Amino acid sequence: MSKLAPIRDAVMERLPQRHRAEQRFQAYGLTAITLAVLFLTLLVGSILTQSLAAFTAHRLTLPVTLERELVDPRGDGSEASLRRGSYNAALQAALRDQFPTVHGVGELRELFGIYSAINASRLLTDVVNNPDLVGQSVDFEFPISDDADRYLKGASVSERQIDMNASLSIEIAGNVARLEAQEAVLAPFADRLRQVMADRANRYAAAAEAALASARQTIDPDEREILEAEAQRAQMRVQQLNERLRPGADFLLGPREPSLLVRAGDTIVRLTSITSGGREATGEVLLADQAWSGSVTRWSFWEIETPAATRLITDRQMVFVRLLEERGLVRNAFNALLFTNADSREPELAGVRGALIGTILTMVITIFLAVPVGVGAAIYLEEFAPRNRLTRLIEVNINNLAAVPSIVFGLLGLAVFINAFGLPRSTPLLGGMVLALMTLPTVIISSRAALKAVPPSIREAALGVGASRTQAVFHHVLPLAMPGMLTGSIIGLAQALGETAPLLMIGMVAFVADAPNFGFTGFTDPSTVMPVQIFIWSTSAERAFEARTAAAILVLLVLMVLFNAVAIYLRRKYERRW
Amino acid sequence: MTAYEKLQAGASVRQETLYHPVEGSYTTKVATKNVTVHYGDKSALNGVSIEIPACTVTSFIGPSGCGKSTFLRSINRMNDTIDNARVSGSILIDGEEVNDRNVDPVVLRARVGMVFQKPNPFPKTIYENVAYGPRIHGLAADKDQLDAIVETSLRKAGLWDEVADRLDQPGTSLSGGQQQRLVIARAIAVNPEVILMDEPCSALDPIATARIEELIDELRENYTLIIVTHSMAQAARVSQMTAFFHLGSLVEYGPTEEIFTNPRDQRTQDYITGRFG
Repeated sequence: MSKLAPIRDAVMERLPQRHRAEQRFQAYGLTAITLAVLFLTLLVGSILTQSLAAFTAHRLTLPVTLERELVDPRGDGSEASLRRGSYNAALQAALRDQFPTVHGVGELRELFGIYSAINASRLLTDVVNNPDLVGQSVDFEFPISDDADRYLKGASVSERQIDMNASLSIEIAGNVARLEAQEAVLAPFADRLRQVMADRANRYAAAAEAALASARQTIDPDEREILEAEAQRAQMRVQQLNERLRPGADFLLGPREPSLLVRAGDTIVRLTSITSGGREATGEVLLADQAWSGSVTRWSFWEIETPAATRLITDRQMVFVRLLEERGLVRNAFNALLFTNADSREPELAGVRGALIGTILTMVITIFLAVPVGVGAAIYLEEFAPRNRLTRLIEVNINNLAAVPSIVFGLLGLAVFINAFGLPRSTPLLGGMVLALMTLPTVIISSRAALKAVPPSIREAALGVGASRTQAVFHHVLPLAMPGMLTGSIIGLAQALGETAPLLMIGMVAFVADAPNFGFTGFTDPSTVMPVQIFIWSTSAERAFEARTAAAILVLLVLMVLFNAVAIYLRRKYERRW
Repeated sequence: MTAYEKLQAGASVRQETLYHPVEGSYTTKVATKNVTVHYGDKSALNGVSIEIPACTVTSFIGPSGCGKSTFLRSINRMNDTIDNARVSGSILIDGEEVNDRNVDPVVLRARVGMVFQKPNPFPKTIYENVAYGPRIHGLAADKDQLDAIVETSLRKAGLWDEVADRLDQPGTSLSGGQQQRLVIARAIAVNPEVILMDEPCSALDPIATARIEELIDELRENYTLIIVTHSMAQAARVSQMTAFFHLGSLVEYGPTEEIFTNPRDQRTQDYITGRFG
């Protein structure tokens, strides 16, 4: 006992320290996991919220009359004739029927701007497939433009409508409307806008001050000149704003100010000036019976806070889509086009179908090349190859290849597959081959690791009962290594699934408006893949592509999860204990 | 006559012609001359010459690293699977050279079965474990014959009563002693002439060990057994012949009784009396 005491004391002395170290380590681990979960939640959450807008779209249903002279120019009902018909004219006519009072080139252009003309091609397909439609009226449903869609979703414009109950006389002459009320009903709005403009004038004044101050301090004459010019411009703006805000002056509204619309029934006027202290106003007629004039008591005030200069949809277009929506012709529904269409320059028509099929076809090639070759190579190297200088050299090279930047494999594909072998570019066949090259080292390395992990006693047992080496490997070692091999292969393939760089080199970033054939011939159709589609959309200018990018990312993530689920299922199926 | 039946018949012929317990004389089953094994530059075994009688149990004893396991593995050419192992000298089974270029190790290992130190059943069902050998060698013409082979083998290994109703369960679900008997049944199933056992009881408890020893004694009737063991008591219990190895050489070889009661070599005496090793 006396001999043990000092040992126990020594242990006890260090014990708290050891416990602390253990707790510290656990705390690190917990922090790391918490952070990881947090970031993952943030990532998935932000993608989900951003992509939501892409999964629904506003669609317009119009009764379209397919006049024979429009859609069948030769009049013989033949396919050739039907293909030469002007279907967009039919769509335009249908839209004009909704707003019979709209005249003039500019107004019509605004009206036809709420959808893209490509939609007419689907109408053409419908008619060619069913020539009996000629001369009849059909209900044709098509998506409205991305800008109108975003407006109706409340994503791009902030606005409000205020119902008024006051006497207002409206007098319309040509494009100009005069409004006169008995009370100063427009004054509050005018005052608020004045305040907004006064704030802006102050901001410009402050900016001019700042620019002048910087100009005084700088010693570079060029820079001083630039700053002084900037100050001058700001001062000019201040002057202009002050001129418009001069007490007693008519209050003028321009494109930099919020739009003020007065709506009485289907007559809609945009105010251009407010006079007489808010009792009178003049405005531009956006929509009305040309001859209509009169007095109303129930009308509404439609204030569009986002100035016309900072939005992509005009006042008149907003009026058109809002009225179409009120008439029940525009409906927000699930955006099936996202999955049934290939890429398009028009966001409302763009879909992931092309990229999805391209990805599947590419992965089929990659799987059928990388997995058998990789597993075969691993089995040979691990189980049969003699251990000598050559096999060691091969081993080192394979390990290095796994670390080669993926774009290098793209260059290899370009040089060998396209230039030397003359394979068609931008095709799933080529993409799959390049990705297979990229995946091979990963598959070989992980498969070898899985084979190495099989206890040698199993090999000895098999050899001991007289199995040949091949039998021992294929009957006993391979089934046991299968789960590990599958896991490694899936990791490699998942990496290939998300790869963009090597595909840049072999032309798979092209804009492909047609989905490849989902069959054998599809392997040589030009196509793109999901990550590349995401890349293309993310660099597009249209705001609506933002949501579509997120949606495409979501689709890719779902694809990955499916892929991994299959892997886990297969692993479970083949997993055996020993 | 199927291959299995031939083998069955062959087994009985062997028994009659080779084993003469009454006269106390044995027919030589395995004869080696000057067997030397190198692992790379290291010599593991130098010049072992021995004659092992048929239908007896011969045990190899000796301290760790003395080359007894290496020698055992040379007999069915398991050393071939080790990359840098080189075997020279002559090993004859029934007068046939084992290391001959014309001898396929697959055929050899079907004739010379092996049981390892750690039970290593395949991660398959009990039935599949036993049926695997006969299946790859084509010993059974149909399912019924295969069933018969499995049953006979399990019976000979003394495992049948314990597993008859759960042949479809994984072999790895058995206890250690049962697994070792399963492995023995697997070796018996291809009807070998010689069974090599590399410390078959070192991973087992005394009860399981006793069971295996009993089994070894029963198997002696039909097979030539060679056992590597660390337990001198076991060697004394189960074997008729004993060989003592030391530092890669065969020091002494003779009937077990003689080795244990009247060893000629000082080193043998020291080892069996526990003075070193």
